[in-house]
Amino acid sequence: MITLSATGSIGIVSARRAQFDTPLVFRSGAVLPRYELVYETYGTLNAGKSNAILICHALSGHHHVAGYYADDLKNIGWWDNMVGPGKPIDTDKFFVIGLNNLGGCHGSTGPSSINPETGQPYGSNFPVITVEDWVTSQARLADLLGISQFAAVIGGSLGGMQALQWSLSYPDRVRHVFAIAAAPHLTAQNIAFNDVARNAILTDPDFHGGDYYQHNVVPTRGLRLARMLGHITYLSDNAMADKFGRDLHAGQLNYGYEIEFAIESYLRYQGDKFAAYFDANTYLLMTKALDYFNPAHDSGGDLNPVFARARASFLVISFTTDWRFSPQRSREIVRPLLHNRLNVNYAEITSTHGHDSFLMQDPYYLDVMRTCLDKVAKECGQ
Amino acid sequence: MMKNDTARFAVERPDFAAIAAWIPTGATVLDLGCGDGSLLRYLKETREVQGYGVEINDADIVSCIANGVNVIQNDLESGLADFEGNSFDYVMLSQTLQATRHTEPLIQEMLRVGREGIVSFPNFGYWKNRLNILLGNMPVSRELPYQWYDTPNVHLCTLDDFETFCKDHRVAVLDRRVMTGGNEVHVLPNLLGSTAVYRFQRGI
Repeated sequence: MITLSATGSIGIVSARRAQFDTPLVFRSGAVLPRYELVYETYGTLNAGKSNAILICHALSGHHHVAGYYADDLKNIGWWDNMVGPGKPIDTDKFFVIGLNNLGGCHGSTGPSSINPETGQPYGSNFPVITVEDWVTSQARLADLLGISQFAAVIGGSLGGMQALQWSLSYPDRVRHVFAIAAAPHLTAQNIAFNDVARNAILTDPDFHGGDYYQHNVVPTRGLRLARMLGHITYLSDNAMADKFGRDLHAGQLNYGYEIEFAIESYLRYQGDKFAAYFDANTYLLMTKALDYFNPAHDSGGDLNPVFARARASFLVISFTTDWRFSPQRSREIVRPLLHNRLNVNYAEITSTHGHDSFLMQDPYYLDVMRTCLDKVAKECGQ
Repeated sequence: MMKNDTARFAVERPDFAAIAAWIPTGATVLDLGCGDGSLLRYLKETREVQGYGVEINDADIVSCIANGVNVIQNDLESGLADFEGNSFDYVMLSQTLQATRHTEPLIQEMLRVGREGIVSFPNFGYWKNRLNILLGNMPVSRELPYQWYDTPNVHLCTLDDFETFCKDHRVAVLDRRVMTGGNEVHVLPNLLGSTAVYRFQRGI
């Protein structure tokens, strides 16, 4: 594959804010009268407005997908290895949009935002959100940017669920759907992990029913535990064994309950880091959105009739060591696509990094993405 | 695809042309072990088929995507569980049969998923192969380009062997093309043909 431009960073980027005054009716029936979405864009929208790509983020992601900020050069976007000039999602060819989902804690309206009606943070009053609700809000952002149809909607994990939902909510507004390390719904085990994570937060004495902002405290302990648990499920057994094994943190056993093994130190570090910036209510919302996602809810679990309305071409990608959303779960996505004779490519990437593999640099993975996106670019005359 | 590909296929892959001759316009086809997707692309362009390929090799998956061919990464040896019964007009296995381990269940799977099956394979009964054996060596040729120690071909057979297999497994042969170097062979096919293509369905 020959790439004419040098591969590199998109460089300095900045976030923008879009305001929406049309009330959003959630699937739960709740209504949000007005809200804001924070987003970034990279590349140039072509004259036909046919080269737009939407990146949907996963549980802890946000709008800062690629590049870095002028005042914070070290703050590199979470998918910078995939998005940029000459990269698989090539910003020389595509107009790429990353947004922070509604309910998030990176600038879009969420539980920690001030509710204009009360002057207080939404907290426990923020509606429980679903993947469908996100996609509705994303479509409104597309309207605002004058994009009637995306060349592609791309996401990994929970982001992949949003990409799939796009093909169902707006079949005529997306030509390609990339569902990476995703699943058509959560298993009981997945929900169980989420529930333990939520319970860690809900039972933290500093949680205050979700209105901890008014008490000037943060349920750090709960959020930290939730992240530690989540992190275990994102890695593979082998990856953990390779990275930590039974290595000792301080070189010797202490016969106590302080950190002894390297893995303990790592998890606590990850938990502390996360709890320092992420909002506990957003974590609760994100895990509930995962739990609720089930396009086959109204068809008795049968995805075949559900995807009958899809029009997009699909790229489904899984990773062999991903046990949170295993290759088997991606095959469950592929089958209804085959049933409905939709265009679909399915690649199963041999990778050691577990669920997190979708964020990693794997030559085959990047090659599949690049080759598919080159075809997409040609279709929109780029 | 370049315009002269049709001509090139006729020479390099005579089995492709033979298969294409059987496929009616607009058919649905599943190509097992589809490689880089050349056959599917050829059928898409000459027969407007709606096709999917199954392939295990990473590099071939990328080539299929580049060729604009739908491809599902899967190991044929694990069966065709992702595909519904009777969901394709034709299920094809081109120059792969002899390299499959679970050959018998795979043929049954082909006829579960497809209305008809098509296989092409090198004829081990071809006289040059027989001569090689007679002279004391395993045959190495264009159709069998491997040494005995590195060959993926674990289930080589002759035309007679395959037809006996079909008879014993209630597989009804509908049509057969036998070729050597792109030319069709009509006389003593099990001796004079280097490659064979069969079209078959479930027998009674």
